[in-house]
Amino acid sequence: MMRYVLGRLLSAIPTLFLIVTISFFLIRVAPGGPFDLERPLEAKVMENLNKIYNLDKSIPEQYLLYLQNLVQGEFGPSFFFRDFSINELFAQSLPISIQLGLSALTLALIVGGILGVSAALRQNHGLDYSIMAAATFGVTIPNFVVAPCLTLLFGVSLGWLPVGGWEGGKLQNMILPVITLALPQVAVVARLTRGSMIEALRSNHVRTARAYGLSAYTIVVVHALRGAILPVVSYLGPAAAALLTGSVVIETIFGIPGIGRYFVQGALNRDYTLVMGTVVVVACFVIIFNIIVDLLYALLDPRVRFD
Amino acid sequence: MRWIQKIAKGADVTKPNDNTVLQISNLKVDFETNTGEVNAVKGVNIHVDAGETVAIVGESGSGKSQSMMAAMGLLASNGRTQGSVTYKGEEILGLPSGRLNKIRGAKITMIFQEPMTSLDPLYTIERQLCEPMVQHGNYTWATAKKRAVELLELVGIPEPARKVKAYPYEMSGGQRQRVMIAMALANDPDILIADEPTTALDVTTQAQILELMAELQERLGMAVVFITHDLTIVERISDRVYVMKQGEVVEEGATKEIFGAPKHAYTKMLLDAEPTGRKDQVEDSAPLVVEADDVRVEFETEAGFLKPNHVLRAVDDISLTVREGQTLGIVGESGSGKSTLGRALLQLLPSSGRVVYCGKDITGASRKAMRPLRKEMQLIFQDPFGSLSPRMTVGQIITEGLLVHEPHLSAAERDKRACEALEEVSMDAAMRNRYPHEFSGGQRQRIAIARTMVLKPKLVVLDEPTSALDRTVQKQVVELLRNLQKEHGLTYLFISHDLAVVRAMSDTVMVMQKGQVVEQGSASEIFDNPQQDYTKTLVAAAALKLEEFA
Repeated sequence: MMRYVLGRLLSAIPTLFLIVTISFFLIRVAPGGPFDLERPLEAKVMENLNKIYNLDKSIPEQYLLYLQNLVQGEFGPSFFFRDFSINELFAQSLPISIQLGLSALTLALIVGGILGVSAALRQNHGLDYSIMAAATFGVTIPNFVVAPCLTLLFGVSLGWLPVGGWEGGKLQNMILPVITLALPQVAVVARLTRGSMIEALRSNHVRTARAYGLSAYTIVVVHALRGAILPVVSYLGPAAAALLTGSVVIETIFGIPGIGRYFVQGALNRDYTLVMGTVVVVACFVIIFNIIVDLLYALLDPRVRFD
Repeated sequence: MRWIQKIAKGADVTKPNDNTVLQISNLKVDFETNTGEVNAVKGVNIHVDAGETVAIVGESGSGKSQSMMAAMGLLASNGRTQGSVTYKGEEILGLPSGRLNKIRGAKITMIFQEPMTSLDPLYTIERQLCEPMVQHGNYTWATAKKRAVELLELVGIPEPARKVKAYPYEMSGGQRQRVMIAMALANDPDILIADEPTTALDVTTQAQILELMAELQERLGMAVVFITHDLTIVERISDRVYVMKQGEVVEEGATKEIFGAPKHAYTKMLLDAEPTGRKDQVEDSAPLVVEADDVRVEFETEAGFLKPNHVLRAVDDISLTVREGQTLGIVGESGSGKSTLGRALLQLLPSSGRVVYCGKDITGASRKAMRPLRKEMQLIFQDPFGSLSPRMTVGQIITEGLLVHEPHLSAAERDKRACEALEEVSMDAAMRNRYPHEFSGGQRQRIAIARTMVLKPKLVVLDEPTSALDRTVQKQVVELLRNLQKEHGLTYLFISHDLAVVRAMSDTVMVMQKGQVVEQGSASEIFDNPQQDYTKTLVAAAALKLEEFA
């Protein structure tokens, strides 16, 4: 198995290389540069700035330079946050986004899973209909609507929770953003679980389990859920990568210093190194989570083998 | 191999008595569906005495399985029951599952038709065998594990100590059914309900499983309820029979009486449903249609890192000739390569060797070169449900081939041809505007035949065309195919595992095993005087089926 993981990681290198190359040239193609202000800088200042940040070199040269740094794990200096390197920015913000995303993911998996299974067990009954209606609602309401509503209710009117800020990830600061981030995922997980669970409950081996008088718990959890969870696992791979790399909307509304806002800021400011950094981080997360999903598949289904 | 009979002397076993362990009285099963209520079982009375073997016979849709599913509380969620089911005097119908679970899996156990899917693919055999034993409180996990190995040995699985750690996907269908039987025996049940336990299995495996069940019943003395559509099995193993039709028991009684003097017309029809008659012989001077030399098909499994690729020879240097108007029956069990051979002859699969069709060498012919010949060389499949597009009308399905092969026809002409083709397969031409889902399996197979006949083919490869059908329908389809052959001078390659049908259809027969020809000869030679051991086993396994129309 280690060999499989190693193989997958090695095969990720060309993928990553392609992503880096394409995005590097793409961002350079975008009009404007990091130091273009409304009131143009003096030519001499501009020249010096370009020199410091290697922007006076040709683009292929800059590309090779960037690759060289990247191989050593250096994302380079930020063009906009002048006193910080991208590594420093990420070191501060990425753990926050991961903590937030992981909490939301766990919540979504547990709540969505329970709701989905309950709906499947009561298929076409009241409970099923209400859960599915709520799930549809959860998917359709965007988080920039949900977030202010929750803040208004629990932060302003009731005063139970802070309306924003992170304060090192205190529990009361996490509750609202985590719930907001998790809600649409709860809905998707619930719908997926319900669908595959209904199918699993109708399968012949579940009929066998029922015919042999096994307890409801054994039938549902041991025999139906293990197979039914597979589609959810495949969904969660990319979803986890997206959640853990932060959310612009949530971080902005709740004032959380995560990595999500850098996506937008980096692009708007033409902060080349910041954009590249976020791209590489997201790509790595996607690749790693896809490997994790495949490993989970093998863990859950003995028919999947890596040799 | 006679099943034991524990009939109390002088007692009228056709009525419930002191020995009765399971009694079903006035059982009704209804299903709520989108198109209204379906009455699957309409008030049946069935009783099972200790140690006896009761067969419930009927065609698909007769409600025979649903009666037992209802008794066991295993109906689909839209099913409703009425009436009474008692186990040793205790009412079990409508019991909450907690109470019912004390009986099912312990006192009454079941084995199912689908050995491939009845076991959970995600757990080892050991775990699945042990679960019911532990659940019913008769064993701890440790003792259950020991018992699991013993059980596997009991049901004749080689190397039980190793196999118990295997997953279902690592076993064949026959082995999985043996595992199911082991599971059924684990808690020493009083009643074993076997729902078509051998239908999905090859004929030799079928015989082995039946033998095993008979032997185990003799040794362990439980009652067996055998649900089947196969009358030869019923005659061979059961003490009493219930014949079901459309949710009702139309006839019941001792097996000998039912088979000796059936009273109900439906029972008579079922008994008479074996394919009968023989094909008229064709002169050996008839022109050759197919001539094949050393046809070989190989499948390569993908090579991995440091792993040499493995070559599976599915068809191993097979030679054959078929003359105009003849039928070559290709017999073999699943995996023998018979379907692969049929496809290779039609150049639907890459193969080596030489294939000559009507004097023309078509070996390795390109798709383009084959296209004009496709009209004459047709293929009919086993699955009448999967092989017709559900979104096309029957008329469109039948005439689709004409669009390719006779593009000059106008829509009206095509329509006329569809009508003719439907009439040829004894169906109403007005049916051409309907969709496949409105038809039964037998009717769908007729539509598939009409789709072929409309092109006026010369050679038809029939790949298990009757295997998915009830016996009575099978018989009709066999007769239809024989008539069409006579009328149009068709040449058939008839692929089947069902010896009775092959015998009724073929001039010559080829027996295949593991990609090779075991024996080849005229139908009477093969069936009446088989030379090879494998052929003898096959014929013996199907023996009772053959006896009936020998």
